[in-house]
Amino acid sequence: MATQLLAYPFDPYHSIVEHQQHAALDKQFGATASFIGTMRDFNDNTNVSSMVLEHYPEMTQHYLDKLEQQARQKWDLLDVLIIHRVGRINPANPIVLIACWSAHRRAALDACAWLIEELKHNAPFWKKETGQDGERWVEKNTDGF
Amino acid sequence: MSIQVKFFASLREKMGITETKIETASTAGEVWDMTTNNADRPLNVLVAVNLEYAQYDSQVSDGDEVAFFPPVTGG
Repeated sequence: MATQLLAYPFDPYHSIVEHQQHAALDKQFGATASFIGTMRDFNDNTNVSSMVLEHYPEMTQHYLDKLEQQARQKWDLLDVLIIHRVGRINPANPIVLIACWSAHRRAALDACAWLIEELKHNAPFWKKETGQDGERWVEKNTDGF
Repeated sequence: MSIQVKFFASLREKMGITETKIETASTAGEVWDMTTNNADRPLNVLVAVNLEYAQYDSQVSDGDEVAFFPPVTGG
């Protein structure tokens, strides 16, 4: 299973390159679709200097593994990589990487879009931001549009 | 045997409970009532039983893990 929860910063572009050198993908993939979520230094019109991402370790890992399995059942994918940060995160740090590999573009693009929406709506993570007025829990995700 | 109960994020802070155990309960709602001293249930609180989303009327039994948490905000 290629889902990882990381308590330290990572380079998503390096992760993609490293992962696609895996033997199972060798010369088979024609399409790679990726989504990278990065921490902003503002939210709801206030500055944010850092945040802590809390999670429910066992359920979060279980949920991400399940998402990967569901995506593989729904689309003809060669591989999937999901990496999500936990712990303290600073602006400009990547929070999440989703990458999908397939022979043709449609499966990779559609699976990647589906995975990030499912993750944001259901995976048990919670953001607590630190800003000029102290700490506050983020109560809900933005619509994303 | 017992039921393990966990609270996360803002709900953990609000209720002042991270993790506790109870001897027995029949539903997730009963678990909430027993661990929070019958506190009102915030409308947006989510429930999980054994790492899967559940409802307040979901049945629980000895050895289960029940978790309560606010809406998720990852990604």
